[in-house]
Amino acid sequence: MRFLLLFSRQGKLRLQKWFTPLTDREKKKVIRDMMMLVLARQPRSCNFLQWRDLKIVYKRYASLYFCAGLEDKDNELLALEVLHRYVELLDKYFGNVCELDIIFNFEKAYFILDEFLMGGEILETSKLAVGVSLEEADTLQETMEEYMSKPAY
Amino acid sequence: MPAPIRLRELIRTIRTARTQAEEREMIQKECAAIRSSFREEDNTYRCRNVAKLLYMHMLGYPAHFGQLECLKLIASQKFTDKRIGYLGAMLLLDERQDVHLLMTNCIKNDLNHSTQYVQGLALCTLGCMGSSEMCRDLAGEVEKLLKTSNSYLRKKAALCAVHVIRKVPELMEMFLPATKNLLSEKNHGVLHTSVVLLTEMCERSPDMLAHFRKLVPQLVRILKNLIMSGYSPEHDVSGISDPFLQVRILRLLRILGKGDDDSSEAMNDILAQVATNTETSKNVGNAILYETVLTIMDIKSESGLRVLAINILGRFLLNNDKNIRYVALTSLLKTVQTDHNAVQRHRSTIVDCLKDLDVSIKRRAMELSFALVNGNNIRGMMKELLYFLDSCDPEFKADCASGVFLAAEKYAPSKRWHIDTIMRVLTTAGSYVRDDSVPNLIQLITNSVEMHAYTVQRLYKALLDDISQQPLVQVASWCIGEYGDLLVSGQCEEEEPIQVTEDEVLDVLEGLLVSNLSTPVTRGYALTAIMKLSTRFTSVNRIKKVVSIYGSSIDVELQQRAVEYNALFKKYDHMRPALLERMPIMEKTASNGPTEIVQTNGEAEPSVVEAKHPPPVTQPTNQANDLLDLLGGNDVVPVIQTTVPAKPASAGGELLDLLGDLSLSGGPAPAPATSVPSSQPAFLLDGLTSPPLFNDIAAAGIPPMTAYNKNGLKIDFTFERANPNPNIAVITIHASNSTEADMTDFVFQAAVPKTFQLQLLSPSSNVVPALNQGTVTQVIRVLNPQKQQLRMRIKLTYTHKGSAVQDLAEVNNFPPQSWQ
Repeated sequence: MRFLLLFSRQGKLRLQKWFTPLTDREKKKVIRDMMMLVLARQPRSCNFLQWRDLKIVYKRYASLYFCAGLEDKDNELLALEVLHRYVELLDKYFGNVCELDIIFNFEKAYFILDEFLMGGEILETSKLAVGVSLEEADTLQETMEEYMSKPAY
Repeated sequence: MPAPIRLRELIRTIRTARTQAEEREMIQKECAAIRSSFREEDNTYRCRNVAKLLYMHMLGYPAHFGQLECLKLIASQKFTDKRIGYLGAMLLLDERQDVHLLMTNCIKNDLNHSTQYVQGLALCTLGCMGSSEMCRDLAGEVEKLLKTSNSYLRKKAALCAVHVIRKVPELMEMFLPATKNLLSEKNHGVLHTSVVLLTEMCERSPDMLAHFRKLVPQLVRILKNLIMSGYSPEHDVSGISDPFLQVRILRLLRILGKGDDDSSEAMNDILAQVATNTETSKNVGNAILYETVLTIMDIKSESGLRVLAINILGRFLLNNDKNIRYVALTSLLKTVQTDHNAVQRHRSTIVDCLKDLDVSIKRRAMELSFALVNGNNIRGMMKELLYFLDSCDPEFKADCASGVFLAAEKYAPSKRWHIDTIMRVLTTAGSYVRDDSVPNLIQLITNSVEMHAYTVQRLYKALLDDISQQPLVQVASWCIGEYGDLLVSGQCEEEEPIQVTEDEVLDVLEGLLVSNLSTPVTRGYALTAIMKLSTRFTSVNRIKKVVSIYGSSIDVELQQRAVEYNALFKKYDHMRPALLERMPIMEKTASNGPTEIVQTNGEAEPSVVEAKHPPPVTQPTNQANDLLDLLGGNDVVPVIQTTVPAKPASAGGELLDLLGDLSLSGGPAPAPATSVPSSQPAFLLDGLTSPPLFNDIAAAGIPPMTAYNKNGLKIDFTFERANPNPNIAVITIHASNSTEADMTDFVFQAAVPKTFQLQLLSPSSNVVPALNQGTVTQVIRVLNPQKQQLRMRIKLTYTHKGSAVQDLAEVNNFPPQSWQ
């Protein structure tokens, strides 16, 4: 996978994960193109399209579009499963996740993603294992008190 | 200083903004506050501020001033800080900024942290955006972690290693020992990431690939367990156990089995098993089947398995799910080259997909349909494809039209069918046809001699209906110009001939000239067509009038043409018929630019020019090519002193096309794109075997000479100036043999000084008969633009009385008239 984007129907970006180095301008171009292509699609179209040399897989969940750019050797049908798994992980974490959760807790969405994918590849195939790591990592996050009292360096 | 507002608070506030300007104002205000907070080196709220900055960055605002702050957060002891710091690093930093290298030390420390989640953060960041330098520095740490027994760290280290290898392939070797027992892990996360790592290594290095082939049995076993094992809640997806791992294993098997008989055999059974047993009701099962099919097609599988795979794809084509149909079409496109017949069986289903509503599917179906066209199914397929062309979206039309032309050219069952197909494309998708189709079509029409009348009639009728589609109009006007006489004489055999008068034809062509719909190129075509009709029609006066009107056209191209045509009418009327006569059959050559340029150099050593045979192109172009060779491209621009000056560029264009090695620039295009000078036609006329008009043979003026006379072999030179260009001397050698034995394998070669150019045509034979019973003749053309004294070095080789003879000689006694 080269990149993963989440954006709303109105064209607002909610999450961007890049797995290859690109300049800011290139990133903006990709985002613009993806939004243009995906938002223009008919409601019951095929979830795949070709863009430059990449296969684009997208899926709509409620008001959010999940859009991934794949290399030629990646399996598109499996990519749909990957997107679905990510949504399931979000759902488990936030409990009935909706777009607002992702807006207000975007950093957590990234943390969840980072426990599931790395470098564009799947890190962990077990939903349970991902859930456990997130819980434990969250416990390490200091409470306000602890945070204030602990020295930084 | 009050505490900076919380992240959620900021988000809420920004979302209340009603306009872009309002949002920008809020952002700017907050950024200012954050900046001053950073300046104060505030440890407490740095994390909160950076988080806010990241949010604003996602909205599209610049956030580079937070880069260093991320580094400070990473260095902090607090986990909350580290988490945000690393996230910020991944979002704001990349290898382009020098700043990122400062992270290296922090990451190194964190890779050795006591808490696995901190180590995890470091591995994740390194594995996502580590630059080559960072990877080099930290590869050792990653390797260490790859060997740990902690599966959480092991899986992250494996993917981090993948990234390191992608960035610095030379480091691959270093990870080899750690891979030894990766596959014996029970943990699926580790298994999956290990398979990814192994795949990466095998893809990059054939040695690694050979090394890891021994893992095939183990991989097969793991896959088998996944399929056969009972329900496992942790890894289950719609009844299938860990599909992600299954697919990755299948992919690795594909790489290991490719080109290797033993490995392929070892995996045959499991592939068959997966192919037959996987549940296909849900997407996840089909994902696995898809990967299986790809693997079967790539390895050396037995034919039964291959047929199974193609049948699976055939079933996919009938699936209700669009995604699966799309994927099937894509895979079939990949396999159509290798398993053509098997894919042909599904042709009708594929053609049905042309009618699918989904755009992606239509495109794939179109590509696949073109790949499936062959001599047997051309008629049926073309019907479907033309129907598709009619009804498809504009985005497809250009590609479809090109595809139709290509297919028609390759497999047309008859010329009539071919022309009809082209007509159909031009009339239905005429404006989407690519520009280079026009010259190709013109050539095709020219070469279908028996169809000329039919073609011009159909094109004329099409023009009457619609003059908006430029390619159609251009081809039609060209044809009418060429075959207008056939049109008015009502000679059509193929269909009912129409009654058309010369005036009606001219009306149509003049209509094109004045219409707003016509582009300048089209107008050029029309004008030239009208001109050509002057030799085919009787109403020359009308044509003269039109031509003279356009002599003052605003369009420079039209004006030039009209002026030149006028000149044709006035001063060069005697040449008009020859210039405007019917085009001969054109040989289609792929290349642009002159074929085999003959270069000569004399001087120091006679690097001899090989006896040059004209390139094996069809006869009409032979002489023309020789001519080009003689000119040798750009360097020489011969002076034209003759009567065909500002050559009507159009007529010239067509004549130029005869040269065959120029791209057919759609008929009357001005000066060719290649190196041939536009004054070419004078030589062209010379090059043509027929028109005697211009072969002013001034042979009488130049005396012949003996160039060589030794050992019974005598070589005489006779001269001609067989063309208007005084710079080219045409020398014919006559070789005679006064000895009693024949001279066989006779080869005459010549070299001239640098300022000259020389070309040798084929000799009449290579046996010089004994006792002067016959001569071998050969033509040499010498170009002498600088009018220097002609000198030549010749080399003769032949076999005489069983022994090989070779001789070199200088020829200096050229009569002055031959080169002055």
